[in-house]
Amino acid sequence: MSRLSERPVTAVVGEARPHESAALHVTGRALYTDDIALRTPYLLHAHPVCAPHAHAMITRLDPKPAYDVPGVVRVLTADDVPGINDAGTKHDEPLFPTEVMFHGQAVAWVLGESLEAARIGATAVEVDYEPLPSILTVVEAIEQESFQGAQPRLERGDVAAGLAGSTHVFEGEIDFAGQEHFYLETHASLATVDDDGQVFIQSSTQHPTETQEIVAHVLGIASHQVTVQCLRMGGGFGGKEMQPHGFAAVAALGARLTGRPVRVRLTRQQDMTMSGKRHGFHATWKVGFDDDGLLQALEATLTSDGGWSLDLSEPVLSRALCHVDNAYWIPHVRVDGRIARTHKTSQTAFRGFGGPQGMLVIEDILGRAAPVLGVPAHELRRRNFYVEGQATPYGQPVRHPDRLDRAWQQVLESSDFERRREEIARANAENPHRKRGLAITPVKFGISFNFTSFNQAGALVHVYKDGSVLINHGGTEMGQGLHTKMLQVAATALGLPIERVRLAPTRTDKVPNTSATAASSGADLNGAAVKNACEQIIARLAPVRAQLGVATTWEELVRTAYHERIQLWAAGFYKTEGLSWDAVAARGEPFKYFAYGVAAAEVSVDGFTGAYEVDRVDIVHDVGDSLSPLVDIGQIEGGFVQGVGWLTLEDLRWDVSDGPGRGRLTTPSASTYKLPSLSEMPADLRVTLLDRATEDGAVYGSKAVGEPPLMLAFSVREALREAVAAFRPPGESVELASPATPEAVFWAIEGGRD
Amino acid sequence: MEQPLVTVNGASWDLVGVAPPATALDWLRSIGLTGAKEGCAEGECGACSVLLARPGIEAPTEWTAVNACLVPAAALAGQEVVTAEGLGEPDALHPVQRELAVRGGSQCGYCTPGFVCSMAAEYYRPGRCESGVFDHHALSGNLCRCTGYRPIVEAAEALGAPAAGDHLSFRTTAPPPEVTPVRVPGFARPATLAEALDLLGEPGAVPLAGATDLGVEANLRASRPGLLVAIDHLTELRTLEVTADSVEIGAALSLTEIERRLAGAVPLLDEVFPQFASRLIRNGATIGGNLGTASPIGDLPPALLALDASVVLVSAAGERVVPLVEYFTGYRETVLRPGELIASVRVPLPLAPLTAFHKIAKRRFDDISSVAVAFAIEIVDGVVARAAIGLGGIAATPIRATEAEQLLVGHPWTGATVVEAGAWLAASGTPIDDHRASADFRRAMMENALFKLYTETVAS
Repeated sequence: MSRLSERPVTAVVGEARPHESAALHVTGRALYTDDIALRTPYLLHAHPVCAPHAHAMITRLDPKPAYDVPGVVRVLTADDVPGINDAGTKHDEPLFPTEVMFHGQAVAWVLGESLEAARIGATAVEVDYEPLPSILTVVEAIEQESFQGAQPRLERGDVAAGLAGSTHVFEGEIDFAGQEHFYLETHASLATVDDDGQVFIQSSTQHPTETQEIVAHVLGIASHQVTVQCLRMGGGFGGKEMQPHGFAAVAALGARLTGRPVRVRLTRQQDMTMSGKRHGFHATWKVGFDDDGLLQALEATLTSDGGWSLDLSEPVLSRALCHVDNAYWIPHVRVDGRIARTHKTSQTAFRGFGGPQGMLVIEDILGRAAPVLGVPAHELRRRNFYVEGQATPYGQPVRHPDRLDRAWQQVLESSDFERRREEIARANAENPHRKRGLAITPVKFGISFNFTSFNQAGALVHVYKDGSVLINHGGTEMGQGLHTKMLQVAATALGLPIERVRLAPTRTDKVPNTSATAASSGADLNGAAVKNACEQIIARLAPVRAQLGVATTWEELVRTAYHERIQLWAAGFYKTEGLSWDAVAARGEPFKYFAYGVAAAEVSVDGFTGAYEVDRVDIVHDVGDSLSPLVDIGQIEGGFVQGVGWLTLEDLRWDVSDGPGRGRLTTPSASTYKLPSLSEMPADLRVTLLDRATEDGAVYGSKAVGEPPLMLAFSVREALREAVAAFRPPGESVELASPATPEAVFWAIEGGRD
Repeated sequence: MEQPLVTVNGASWDLVGVAPPATALDWLRSIGLTGAKEGCAEGECGACSVLLARPGIEAPTEWTAVNACLVPAAALAGQEVVTAEGLGEPDALHPVQRELAVRGGSQCGYCTPGFVCSMAAEYYRPGRCESGVFDHHALSGNLCRCTGYRPIVEAAEALGAPAAGDHLSFRTTAPPPEVTPVRVPGFARPATLAEALDLLGEPGAVPLAGATDLGVEANLRASRPGLLVAIDHLTELRTLEVTADSVEIGAALSLTEIERRLAGAVPLLDEVFPQFASRLIRNGATIGGNLGTASPIGDLPPALLALDASVVLVSAAGERVVPLVEYFTGYRETVLRPGELIASVRVPLPLAPLTAFHKIAKRRFDDISSVAVAFAIEIVDGVVARAAIGLGGIAATPIRATEAEQLLVGHPWTGATVVEAGAWLAASGTPIDDHRASADFRRAMMENALFKLYTETVAS
């Protein structure tokens, strides 16, 4: 066992603890970025001027009329940018554009004494546009060859030979939707300047370092003149990995120009209209099976809808390619990836980061193929599982495939799968108008950033003279319980009760050059860095303890060490060893390990309406040795339900007509975009953590948990497919749209009638 | 007119100078309270949920959860408000807060204070403990993006009875705050119906009850009416009377109040209520408002059409009664004249014995209809004696399915009749394709609704 994963006998990690801010959450005392803004005197409020075209050139922009609106203080335009007019890292995202690239894009911002003044001011800014042709769907983009970024190919073996040697070959196509993050807290930034012109930004960001860098380059100043702090986020889910930068830059620019604090806080409609989402994908595929239903070859082209700029589309696509196998051994593989450029928001990271999209393709293939192969879908899936000694198409050995088998078996047993399947078949035969479906699906998800450099983290641990401990690390808290885990890690590493440890907000002037809190890696990376810092301190204290004796209290130990002039704080660092990734060749070992999980879901569907309910879900998920079981179970359940939302309910629609509203998001609000509510909660949800699951490569034997459970939701989609199939003649392949809304389910049922 | 004051978490605050478009949420946050938050600004997510001391039904006062993002701040005058901050402190949590905290009911925490308030309203609801049931609908207007809801529901179900000394529980035994007349720029709360009708004669004046629609217009579409005339408290509009001939429901009663005061007297409405938006919205939304806004996708109109309801309209000139079927004249247009108000809704008795409400939506709680179909049918000796079918979501106004009704009446209640009438139903209205549903789906749902109803009656 590695030193990193070794867990002391008495450890605070592993205890089921509520979120460290739970008491503040429930009493309304927990502060978010905009709560601070409203407590800031002399505050200015920012409101965007949004373009009413999907694609257009700006021929004239006159801010002057806005200054006639009482309370308008300043209009920000491209002319005000002292540095680089770019809100991203790829230099393809002008903060103040001259060419409008999506409906609702901000072309200028108005600062006002009140939000109402800024809003009215924004309507007064005069902008002339010359509309240009626009591309809205992936299919349109493919037809017009509108692509951006790299076009990677993942290849192993000889696909042509594999297909030729297959006894069953199927082809298909699927176009599936993206997803709005709908973090409850919309994008928010608050910028202030000090006497020296240094900028301090409170931002709801998953990536404070990158927010800092973008603000610095927009302002034309160095990183050391910009500090970004993130107290906590009201949800992130990937939507605050790159998207906050531009909003922070607007606030910072406004603060520099006016000398006053500037608040940017988007309304829900602005947030949904202006910020990036999960990529929808289009996929074409050809697959071969042998007579036993074993996958022989897969040829596919995955085209993601990148929106107007690259943002994180390339790494998202990489991860999609790396997860097209999910848990299945496919000897011959060739998958091409492309990123469509469309006139929509720039799509971005979202929990799973392409993994769910890659997996959807193979799970859809297996679900569609099973009835034609005459093999029950759950049996088809199990037969194709990886076994020890096999490697992924990109060449990474699949370690611990036995855990998948174990989880699968455990779910089969705990869910009483076979017996319920028979019972459901009987019930379905008797009820012509309501059918039930039961399905079980696996998840294998690679942990680490595909981009190797990001797999590093820093921490700062202070031990004060009274023995109290303050920790700082580079990760951000968005509800995932990272700070709770970090407190547990520090308490464990220092051998202290958790009450002795406090955690300070994430700030770029405490821990620099941090990676995004993303890729589920927050606890792995920052936990190891915190542990490293704590261990440095413990090592320095060891001689003092030896001198004072083991019975010495912590406080006495610390006091003595101080007087002996021993450094009581430490900067910790960690980098994940053993990773490699060649993005061009799409080969290497980009992941430290795989997280596994299995879910069985039962649904019931009304044949008259397509409406359905999720009746029961059984999950066994692998989190290694849990750092914090209550947090981990929360991540599994929350991720699962969010995945169910993506696959069944959440329905992004754009105006694709040729009318004046072309390109407008027609579901830009909570009343038009429905995410799961209490009514979508499975009636019976049973989550178990896989036991005997120590992960040797991660902090205290744990595993990452943020993203993988989202993909357990395929069980619901496949259960819906089973239920739809029960309305139709046996042996028929069932195609199901994604999201499988009640309407989509209804048409899937109808498709097989008559 | 008195100085507008409001009680928040037990302390008195001055509301002078607070006028629209400031919402209750804006104002609460401006006095330093961070618990109530804006998540959507249209009453869909509940992050802004707060408690108001409102007139009760089983107790003199009931703590009622509402969306603070929709209510104008000026409407708080004279009210008593409790926010998450007022329920407990971090080191002295309220039982609702404690259960949520220890069970992992908060992750990012942003929606949490709203859940706390909605849950607390149910916690204090008279009769909850006796029934032993925590009504999940109490949380139907709160969205959480993190937890998947399971720990939140478990927290709710773990709640016991309020402790003997619980001051919020004690508060319910005394009358609710008296209504304070208010007049600030853009907002007026008159004391009487006569004053209200007078004010509604002013240019740009619009009546305001629960603000569940006007609040959305203000927040999302920057609608800024010249004068909001609050009518929700007017006793003249808050009566509910059941006689031998009719049920008459005051226009300013909230849907929650109607549901509880009718107590099952109109079974068709009992099918509508749980599907009508969320509890948070039903606590504010009124029957008069739902008809006044005249949305073609409102949930009550199809049901009230099927019930053959009429509206009683009142103005300075007097009253008139208009059958609901004649009330809607076009997209969001009605026979209402300037200065005229809906006073009540009259449902004739006896009711048809077979009623049903089929709402087609993406989500089961808190969604807007793609199609809504309401049935009120009487079958005598196997033959349809009367049939009224109200439809929503398939035309510029809610409509009656006259052709389908005619085809049913006088015919045997059989599969053949139902199939034929269903075809007529499918041909009703002018359904469109939009983000909620396709026109084809809407037609199919109308056709299937009758068949589904028939199947259920035959099965039972």
